Amino acid sequence: METKLTNQIVLNKIKQKFPSAILSTEEFQGDFILYVDTNQIHELLKFLKEDSELCFEQSTDITAVDWATRKNRFSMVYQLLSYKNNYRLRVMCYVDGSLHHPTVSDIWPGANWQEREVYDMYGIIFDNHPDLRRMYLPEYFEKYPLRKDYPLMGNPGDFKLPTIIED
Amino acid sequence: MGLEALLRGEDFITTTIDEVIAWARKSSLWPMPMGISCCAIEFIAVNDPKYDLSRFGAEVARFSPRQADVMIVAGTVTYKMAHVVRRIYDQMPSPKWVIAMGACTSSGGMYRSYPVVQGIDQFLPVDIYVAGCPPRPDNLINAIIELQKKVEKTRARDFQDKI
Repeated sequence: METKLTNQIVLNKIKQKFPSAILSTEEFQGDFILYVDTNQIHELLKFLKEDSELCFEQSTDITAVDWATRKNRFSMVYQLLSYKNNYRLRVMCYVDGSLHHPTVSDIWPGANWQEREVYDMYGIIFDNHPDLRRMYLPEYFEKYPLRKDYPLMGNPGDFKLPTIIED
Repeated sequence: MGLEALLRGEDFITTTIDEVIAWARKSSLWPMPMGISCCAIEFIAVNDPKYDLSRFGAEVARFSPRQADVMIVAGTVTYKMAHVVRRIYDQMPSPKWVIAMGACTSSGGMYRSYPVVQGIDQFLPVDIYVAGCPPRPDNLINAIIELQKKVEKTRARDFQDKI
């Protein structure tokens, strides 16, 4: 009989392997949130997936947060799911001031498009990403619309309308 | 019934070529369903037996723009999609008409945000705007009837420079 995975077990396992990685934890409405040191995020996520007990096989969602006024403006959010334990975990970390961040598309192949979306909307550059192009917005577009300083209606001239050829 | 009553036993009528062509055009408007989002479902409802658009001769939905007369733009048009919509419109043979179906298509609707074109009249010549989110099928049928009134008035000289 396997023991049910609890927040404490997950925390202890990570602390055993990465003693200095976890900055703080939080429990909010049943979700367990880990705030992690940015320098160790890649190894930590790799461990979360490859550990035989934790087995976070799925990155349900990868997104970012723009805090606008904070010193470290952007946070990355990794929403993970372990099928084996039916357990969800949220991992958050700050993005470096240079806006470069390690990719996790080598850990979860599905993260490829999720990170492209984050790049499209926030302009965070994922190092070693195999195919970092815009996801939704046109390729000529230069801004990052989910940033807090982007106006709701956009700036005039950001988007091109079709050119009309009179026949 | 109908035409027979007008003929009153005669076997010919006199009219003008223009009027016959306009009558034929308005009675066989072939729509190109530019179904981009939820309004397209309502357009499907218009074609089903309950509402039955074929009563007005406009039931032959052509998914090729080259066989269509009227483009029914049904859904939210983003700036990225606008290029596709305009390109398909350009491929339709003249004479051609456009119905802007629903609030999003006519004015951006509830999507008052940066990626949505606030009304397709910014890049397409719209003939009829249909209100509603989505419009009820009767409302779209009303638009077809209004368009028929418009098509009825067209004359060959209106399109001479387009040929």
